[in-house]
Amino acid sequence: MKTVEELKQIANDVRIDIIRQVSRAQSGHPGGSLGCTDILTVLYFNVMDITPENAVSIDRDRFVLSKGHASPALYAILAAKGIIPHEELKTFRQLDSRLQGHPNMNMVPGVDMSTGSLGQGLSAANGMALANRLDGNDHRIYCLMGDGEVEEGQIWEAAMAAHHYKLDNLCGIVDVNNLQIDGTTDHVIGPNPIGPKFAAFGWNVIEIDGHDYNEIQNAFAEAKTVKGVPTVIIANTVKGKGVSFMENNVDWHGKAPSGDLIKVALNDLGAQEE
Amino acid sequence: MARATREAYGEELAKLVQEDPKIVVLDADLAGSTHSIKAGKVAPERFFDMGIAEADMIGTAAGLAASGYTAFASTFAMFATGRPWEQIRNSVVYPHLNVKIAGSHAGISVGEDGVSHQAIEDIAIMRSIPTMEIYCPADAAETKAVVDYVAKTTEPCYIRLGRAKVEDVYEEGNVPDITKIHVLAQGQKIAVFATGLMVKSALEAREMLLKEGVDITVVDVCAIKPADEAGIVEVLKNHDVIFTAEEHNIINGLGSMIAEVSVTYCPRFIHRIGLPDTFAESGSAAVLLHAYGLDGEGVYNAIKSHI
Repeated sequence: MKTVEELKQIANDVRIDIIRQVSRAQSGHPGGSLGCTDILTVLYFNVMDITPENAVSIDRDRFVLSKGHASPALYAILAAKGIIPHEELKTFRQLDSRLQGHPNMNMVPGVDMSTGSLGQGLSAANGMALANRLDGNDHRIYCLMGDGEVEEGQIWEAAMAAHHYKLDNLCGIVDVNNLQIDGTTDHVIGPNPIGPKFAAFGWNVIEIDGHDYNEIQNAFAEAKTVKGVPTVIIANTVKGKGVSFMENNVDWHGKAPSGDLIKVALNDLGAQEE
Repeated sequence: MARATREAYGEELAKLVQEDPKIVVLDADLAGSTHSIKAGKVAPERFFDMGIAEADMIGTAAGLAASGYTAFASTFAMFATGRPWEQIRNSVVYPHLNVKIAGSHAGISVGEDGVSHQAIEDIAIMRSIPTMEIYCPADAAETKAVVDYVAKTTEPCYIRLGRAKVEDVYEEGNVPDITKIHVLAQGQKIAVFATGLMVKSALEAREMLLKEGVDITVVDVCAIKPADEAGIVEVLKNHDVIFTAEEHNIINGLGSMIAEVSVTYCPRFIHRIGLPDTFAESGSAAVLLHAYGLDGEGVYNAIKSHI
């Protein structure tokens, strides 16, 4: 188990790697990646039992990045865990790279589902949770969705099914940063309130500050103890967290910084350009 | 004997789930109609009714497949391929997950339910997904052979099944390799490539033409994709005029596949029998197949009009 201080250091390094990946590729989604970094850090270092040794196996806890555009965060985490070489992050979004724009489960060890098209990950996570039950193991399945993503109808089909099949080995997380490409979620179509919607579908709902390590860890711990229903963690986050000009700014949803802004972003994270 | 291919699907699946504990079965509230419930009855713990939520069914099947299971997911062809096309592409085929999608009630022979339920584009849209396999069996025996075959592979695939009963073409347990074309009757000059229940229609047309001294070749094409190109080319080489017969839009189905093989390896005049880029309507299966020229008489008339 990592201490909160250690987790914070890892998360900061992951954020630096996110900025470096999208800056090098001049492509990718920094905003949502930075926003979910703290959640992924806790999940991969203190919650899931994934290691470099078992990364290609399914005999462990698994994670579905339903908001697949946060791939730079996932790749940086896998590098931090020693599952993929840190050097490989330089190939993000390039020809012949395993690190596709959106994650491919057959290319990258530790990527448990190919995602990218929003709304599809929770259904796959349900299938994995059903399989775990058939196999009689107690591995857990985690699935990270975006708050814009839950506008997809398939999420609610899956929410209904997860409750119907009593998937208490499944834990969803909704990264609520209140922003999507066309503006604020409330301005675009209004998916809020998200927690009560999951509650109405029969889920156990835990709402947290998605950057507070104690709250994140406590939420995952509580989810493990809830029986008979799936749990969703509504994690309130800041899109672009850690980079001053990206925070709460939807312009940085799917755009890479260039020139001096790369310097500013890395400086905000206490790093320099390579 | 006349049996619907969907019945054979359920029967064979029920047999396979007993033999193989790694097979799971999903349906979307049509388990009785697709006959997948037969498998559900013998292995209820591995049967999942996902409700009227086809996109979620496909994704759930993908998750089960990602966990080492062979997932058979069925519903009507319209809702098995059209509604969740993008889920099939992105959550099943691109990640190469072992999901077998069975679409029953395909074509216009679903009958009275009308256009909303008549999938005549399913082959087209499945065929366009890179590496997706498509099998369209002609009768119950061939359906069982297809189910047995795909259960042993790790490839995603689409199995096209019908609602209407079709007369047996094959003897059960005695179906040749379903990945190859089957020349059911060898004639001269004219060949008909047929798929699904159109195989029976083509054989009926052959009988009618034989009485007039015209001896046509009838070929069953169960494997629409990957195509048995070598087998198809061999037939093309030995015939002058080619017909294709499918209970599907004539765009991007069997006819298009045969035409693509032909233009690449062995150019021939090809007349495509099917729905001529039109929607059909309500009516009984027999009445509709007759009205749209897809019964034996329809195939006979199409061939007569070109010779």
